[in-house]
Amino acid sequence: MEEMIAQFGNQWFGAAWPSLWLVIWTLIKIIAIVAPLLLSVAYLTYAERKVLGYMHSRLGPNRVGPWGLVQPIADGLKLLLKEIICPSWANRRLYFIAPTLAFAPALAVWAVVPFSDALVLANIDASLLYVLAIGSMSVYGVVLAGWASNSKYAFLGSMRAAAQIVSYEIAMGFALVAVLMVSGSLNLTEIVHMQQKGWFAERGLSFLSWNWLPLLPLFVVYFISGVAETNRAPFDVAEGESEIVAGFHIDYSGMAFAIFFLAEYTEMILVAVLTSLIFLGGWDAPFAGLPDSAWWLIGKACLMLFFFLWFRASFPRYRYDHIMRLGWKVFIPLTVVWIFVVGIWMLTPWNIWK
Amino acid sequence: MRALKHFIRSFTLWELLQGLAVTGRYFFTRKVTVRYPEEKTPQGFRFRGLHALRRYPDGEERCIACKLCEAVCPTKAITIELAERDDGSRRTTRYDIDLGKCVFCGFCEEACPVEAIVETRVLEYCGRTRSDLYYSKEKLLANGERHAATIDADKALDAKYR
Repeated sequence: MEEMIAQFGNQWFGAAWPSLWLVIWTLIKIIAIVAPLLLSVAYLTYAERKVLGYMHSRLGPNRVGPWGLVQPIADGLKLLLKEIICPSWANRRLYFIAPTLAFAPALAVWAVVPFSDALVLANIDASLLYVLAIGSMSVYGVVLAGWASNSKYAFLGSMRAAAQIVSYEIAMGFALVAVLMVSGSLNLTEIVHMQQKGWFAERGLSFLSWNWLPLLPLFVVYFISGVAETNRAPFDVAEGESEIVAGFHIDYSGMAFAIFFLAEYTEMILVAVLTSLIFLGGWDAPFAGLPDSAWWLIGKACLMLFFFLWFRASFPRYRYDHIMRLGWKVFIPLTVVWIFVVGIWMLTPWNIWK
Repeated sequence: MRALKHFIRSFTLWELLQGLAVTGRYFFTRKVTVRYPEEKTPQGFRFRGLHALRRYPDGEERCIACKLCEAVCPTKAITIELAERDDGSRRTTRYDIDLGKCVFCGFCEEACPVEAIVETRVLEYCGRTRSDLYYSKEKLLANGERHAATIDADKALDAKYR
């Protein structure tokens, strides 16, 4: 197969073929990541409505198709066919760039996410750094949306979102500092490999060797910061319905709104997958004897996503100053202290990360 | 000591875990949703739905145009005009109910001395314009004929309480 393609390409494009093939092959890989990702985003909205419904003793969507399974497709079609309205005093160019700016970073991060040992689009050395850098770009989309809409509600929403994302980014970064201290690498694949060895892993209980146990406070801080980063309940002050209607995307409709939605859910999946990679051993099987595979990663990410939905069903929205207090006065000191604890731990003879 | 207790409770997220436990329990409870067109909630025999005008078993219409229902109607949804019929009896020439105004209080049914105007159990009707919801005498009589069996059965059930 490969030879046939190479022969065909050389015949038609000559010397330019190898570089052209690289582009085509990368594009194919990108599609292979993005298409299932968008599908899972669609079905995450379905899962969210089902889970929320079940926790309210309701059934959730059950009309479109068997058990309502076609519901996300119907929702997508509806949003696709709706008119996109641009407010007359909005800054038209920024107004339409904003959703793209929110969505693009959420997708770009997936380039470095490894799904199993060899299954990664770009296995770069500083992939954790890349994740943090690109991940925080998405706040631009939110801020631009609020600013370009030229509405006070949208503006307030984007200001809140910006302040919140920036503060929790710090706690998140600190939580990851300890992770890279114990793994000695910024490469996500390496971080997973480091979790595969340890005292428990040698005795067959590899799930106790994953980072979540020795770094439990950081695991909790990271996940809660992840919830805050994605503007999800209970940290969804950026779109508090009772206060500022819908926050930064108040003026958006149709597909422009849908792209914000896609960005939010893509980031949710991303945070879930990163948590599973960094703290829950990625594709590593929880017990010895079971094969390691990408399905473990998907299962762990699904568990984390269920937590996202569970939080949304359980907790009321935080007040804005409480969010700031939690971020600055609790999480940042907590992570800094734990970094010191881990650092001292690593210098003692009881160091478990050798 | 209390401060320490508070510290431990807040750092183990104890209250949040309790909250999660509640919603987690409800995740598995029996669902209360009624899948409407296929399933329906039970309906009492005094249900007040679409109006109907009844007839006697011999086919004579019950309404004697006393206008009590028109008088008692709190939203003035009923309009009645009357005339003497050829046989000398007092009958309505017009009996309109504007269902857009009606609040389904059932006062007309209570006021009626001959049980002519009743509210049936029918609730699945609609109108695409306002005039669709304006029920004339012919439509109300037709309703009465169509649902005669249920109306009679419900009236019989209610009789011992009157």
